[in-house]
Amino acid sequence: MMAYEPILTSHIDEPGSSTLDFYVTRRRGYEGLRKALTFGPGDLIEQVKASGLRGRGGAGFPTGLKWQFVLKDTPKPKYICCNADESEPGTFKDHVLMERNPHLLIEGCAIACYAIGAKVAYIYIRGEFYHVQEILEAEIEKAYRAGFLGTNILGSGFDCDVFVHRGAGAYEAGEETALIESLEGKRAQPRIKPPFPAVAGLYQCPTAVNNVETLCNVPLIVLNGPEWFTGLGPEKNGGPKLFCVSGHVKKPGVYEASMSTTLRELVYEHAGGMLDDRPLKAIIPGGSSVPLLLPDHLDTPASFDHVQKAGSLLGSAGLIVLDDTVCMVWLAMNLLHFYRHESCGKCTPCREGTNWLFQLLGRIESGEGQAKDLELLLGVSSNIVGKTLCAFGDAAATPVLSTMKLFRAEYEAHVREGRCTLPAEWRAKRPVFAAH
Amino acid sequence: MSFHPAMDYAPARFHKSGRTLADEGPAFVYTPENQAKFDANVARYPPEERKSAVLYALYLAQGQQGYLTAAAMRHVAEQIGCTAAEVEDVVSYYTMFFTKPVGTYVLNVCRTLSCALRGAERVTEELCATLGIKPGDTDPSGTFTLIEVECLGACDRAPVVMVNDDWHECLAPEQVREFIEAVRTNGRAAFTGCHLHKETKG
Repeated sequence: MMAYEPILTSHIDEPGSSTLDFYVTRRRGYEGLRKALTFGPGDLIEQVKASGLRGRGGAGFPTGLKWQFVLKDTPKPKYICCNADESEPGTFKDHVLMERNPHLLIEGCAIACYAIGAKVAYIYIRGEFYHVQEILEAEIEKAYRAGFLGTNILGSGFDCDVFVHRGAGAYEAGEETALIESLEGKRAQPRIKPPFPAVAGLYQCPTAVNNVETLCNVPLIVLNGPEWFTGLGPEKNGGPKLFCVSGHVKKPGVYEASMSTTLRELVYEHAGGMLDDRPLKAIIPGGSSVPLLLPDHLDTPASFDHVQKAGSLLGSAGLIVLDDTVCMVWLAMNLLHFYRHESCGKCTPCREGTNWLFQLLGRIESGEGQAKDLELLLGVSSNIVGKTLCAFGDAAATPVLSTMKLFRAEYEAHVREGRCTLPAEWRAKRPVFAAH
Repeated sequence: MSFHPAMDYAPARFHKSGRTLADEGPAFVYTPENQAKFDANVARYPPEERKSAVLYALYLAQGQQGYLTAAAMRHVAEQIGCTAAEVEDVVSYYTMFFTKPVGTYVLNVCRTLSCALRGAERVTEELCATLGIKPGDTDPSGTFTLIEVECLGACDRAPVVMVNDDWHECLAPEQVREFIEAVRTNGRAAFTGCHLHKETKG
């Protein structure tokens, strides 16, 4: 197989690679936009559909279809919302794209606006990425001055504004309708669907919400053609992909590859192998919201479809690698602390259920658990799954259901011995649960 | 007869909300610079959608005063053209707004899985020991506030600490004391910043 040549993250290690000059001279910058403006919006959507580009935010929904669903015959304005709220634990790819290749996103926003007939794109960036926002806003300013944004772009008569909107600390703002609510100046809580954003999104106007990495792929598809895109990676899983590898590996980081790359290659080649060469116990392949995979699935290609077939999800491609020192009850407790904190509180099963799960896990982890708690964990989880407005509920129950399925013996040992059976030296000396 | 169980309601046993109103604080208006910034920001949204600028307006108020008081929230409400309750609704939801004074440096330690796997729990323990405070508290000198936060999106540089709007990456538990001393002496210069900031960090 040919060596993979990074394209989304090409040159990112070079100083100055985030600037407009570098983008135009070294990365064929804004040629995609120039070419897109020669197509009709309908043809442009057909190109993206033909590429099979799937949303990089987590759901893997075809981007072309999402754009096609955006209501056409309407007197209302339309909007593109770029989801830069990157908050899924284990995910840090959009961070890199926005810092080191911001114009690719800006160009992607402009092309997306042209495709759906919008004049404004809002980039909703998480509040914690202020240092990223500063770069992004400075580069947007340059794009305006160079005539790539604003009115009558490149003499085509197309007008487009791109604005950065800063969030203020809420994981739930990454859910597309919650993001819209937050953009409207409210609490980031999801809406009942339907209507979907394509019909009634931002300000009740037709809206497409796309992830940063998704929009970054658009100029490349326009420039190189859909065949180039489908040619990278397995069928229906084409295109360049960013993988975030963190946890117990030697070189955590963002690695670009095609989705033919296996999980093993990502862990042992790209990320340099296991920290201190310890054995791999399990891997979370797509951010904290997806089920764990055991080492026997390492040869699975890291594509949406292959990972799903292996029993998990590619999600946001945040690989969290766990070595043999990780206690799975502790892991579930750590993640349920996250979900309990981030639950927006709108749906009762999630708001109350995440608290119950965290309390139960804390009790088991600290050695006070009883045998009946294990059944209670499963019972509470099953009363969350499928009973909430957004996918958060299912995501929150996943760490519990997945660790109970694969590592039930560890839970039983905790209950039997009345202590954590796998305390690791990198964990707190005093139990963290006591603090709550 | 009702099938509901007898509820022993009495005034003292009614459900009491844990909601507390923010301090009234001193009279608040934006400085002319902040007013200009707000006016420029609100123009990014359709004229009838001024509420979209509420987060920005709150950041400005917080930047001006250090934390958000009832007076500041009322000023924001007037700027937006909504009620003070709507502003308070937003403030109470998002984690990056403070309704109490905080230290000069707000240490936001990421505690979620990837950072925890690389020692974030111990970083928090060391910070507590060094500063003599618990998470959520401010040290007596008013220099440091310690907060445990959820995933900051920099899991490859674990453990990560966000300090105000700056970042400090790969803070090992055994470096904590040295780090706090460095911040006391050198201020912001002690932070590593984001490793992706190649233009400024070389």
